[in-house]
Amino acid sequence: MALIEVKDIKKSYTTDEVTTPVLCGLSFKINTGEFVAIMGPSGSGKSTLLHILGFLDRPSTGTYHFDDKSMDEHSDIELAHVRNKKMGFVFQSFNLLPRTSVLDNVKLPLLYSSTKEAHWQELAEKAIESVRLTHRIHHESSQLSGGEKQRVAIARALVLSPSVIFADEPTGNLDSKSGGLIMEIITRLNNEEGHTIVLITHETYTAENAGRIITLKDGLIESDKPVATRRSASHFAK
Amino acid sequence: MTIKYSIKTAANGLRTNKSRAALTILGIVIGITSIILVMSVGQGATNLILSQIQGLGSKTIAILPGRSPSGPSDVAQLFSDSLKEKDLELIKRKENVPTLDKIMPVVFGSETASYGSETYRLTIFGATELMSTILNAVPQTGIFFIEDDVRGKSDVIVIGSTVKEKLFGTSDAIGERIKIKGKNFRVIGIFPKKGQVSFFNFDEMAVMPYTTAQDFILGIKYFNRLIAIAASDATVDRTVSDLTITLRNSHNITDPAKDDFSIQTPKDIANTLGTITSVLTILLTSIAAISLLVGGIGIMNIMLVSVTERTREIGLRKAVGATGSDIMKQFLIESVMLTGIGGIIGIILGAVFSFLISIAISNYLEVNWLFTFPYSAAALGISVAAGIGLVFGIYPARKASLKSPIEALRYE
Repeated sequence: MALIEVKDIKKSYTTDEVTTPVLCGLSFKINTGEFVAIMGPSGSGKSTLLHILGFLDRPSTGTYHFDDKSMDEHSDIELAHVRNKKMGFVFQSFNLLPRTSVLDNVKLPLLYSSTKEAHWQELAEKAIESVRLTHRIHHESSQLSGGEKQRVAIARALVLSPSVIFADEPTGNLDSKSGGLIMEIITRLNNEEGHTIVLITHETYTAENAGRIITLKDGLIESDKPVATRRSASHFAK
Repeated sequence: MTIKYSIKTAANGLRTNKSRAALTILGIVIGITSIILVMSVGQGATNLILSQIQGLGSKTIAILPGRSPSGPSDVAQLFSDSLKEKDLELIKRKENVPTLDKIMPVVFGSETASYGSETYRLTIFGATELMSTILNAVPQTGIFFIEDDVRGKSDVIVIGSTVKEKLFGTSDAIGERIKIKGKNFRVIGIFPKKGQVSFFNFDEMAVMPYTTAQDFILGIKYFNRLIAIAASDATVDRTVSDLTITLRNSHNITDPAKDDFSIQTPKDIANTLGTITSVLTILLTSIAAISLLVGGIGIMNIMLVSVTERTREIGLRKAVGATGSDIMKQFLIESVMLTGIGGIIGIILGAVFSFLISIAISNYLEVNWLFTFPYSAAALGISVAAGIGLVFGIYPARKASLKSPIEALRYE
């Protein structure tokens, strides 16, 4: 069943009356439980695509169905609710709240959810446990290493058990060892817990953890094919 | 997002920037402090004036010579010699003012008195023997003069405690003669030290029969005041109108606008002074309010900086599900908390300062100045402070809520 279905979406930005096309008509489907990597050189439109898929931005034209519902049917407030409940985000630069504990960072999405407060602690602890950071639970985010910060970000993305996790260059700011661990966690979330993953990267060896790679070039899909031999994250190396 | 977490989030936001928050609310603190101070001191002044007037007695009526000025171009001292012996005689007649209990003419002036080599400039107060009952002026040592002294223009004098100290030091003054304008006056009594009572400072005064003061010192034939006492509180108004009619007849006045005298009751004086203190309080409060306005602009400025600084945080919150109104709420609560705290500090400081001022005034001016905590001003202060946070917080908060999550996350 298709969780994500985009048809001929285009996106262009207009600044000072100059229109720059970024996405020039993309169509594809992503099924529940898939692990898809989106690759492409800088400026190929992969981040823009992820923003649209993650309901952070709307396409200029074309249709996008998420969970069988068109994005056009959602108001901005509903988009926020869908993001909160069904989507998790992991960013290249972690985006943790400074001077805030690991626990409170992970709890952040819960603040905006309809989940009862009584369950917050349990959910947050479970998410932190799944990224193996229980021993750091009361540390402030600034006391963590880069790899640990990204694990906190993953725990935050996981806390409400979303249908899909969008990861935008999650290993981009990390050394190969920490990056390897992050990919291991992401792969495990897909393999063992069945989370749908959409991963953006410009590194082939990272992309090869996925089951399918969509390659973009100049706002168009250059190729969309399954990975013949999936890389196991434990063999991750730069 | 529940209101509880909105408040928690806002409090966290403030905690991470403590010193900046403290400096930001300084304007609000100063504004609220000044408002509390002005209102508290204004209330104290009003109370003091009222107690001074009540010291005069509610049945006391003052008759002043001269027309009360009707405008800035009017000459206030017009007809300042209009109250004469003839008026006094007419008022004393029972058929003219039946509800009158007592009447006393008063004259005053300033003169230098000397004893031996000591000199002192004192207030000469000429009255009748009734003064000791009307103004409760009873000598501590010696006696007050009697009716015969008034009739016979005796050269007797009752002096205040400061006058006694300046001229005689510690030596005995009763029976001694002090010289004023070349004439000797025998000291027959000394007032106890009582400070300011009902607008008069008894300590710096010398009291003698008004006839003596008129002839030998002031050289006048008129009175500076007539002080009348009504028989009872209920007859004050009746007495005032009888006095008015009697004086108009005596002065052949038919048009009330041309009265060459004015009559004041303690109630009138209280009203006039009450108006003056309220106007002053309002004036000073509005000046203090300007500092609140400036403080509010400061709050807005800092909140705008804060919104820009926390662009990434806003983007992240939106990405994980915060709506625009969640973000707006967070920043609004933050600015209201900021100004609210400023308001509370201002109220505390204002109360402390007005308390200190009340102690200082009581001690240095030797008046009975009571500290009053202006509860209404405190309630007003806290609501104004919170209102400023709301008004000046709306623009930055709205700016924050409108930030697009991608723009915000991309912000470096």
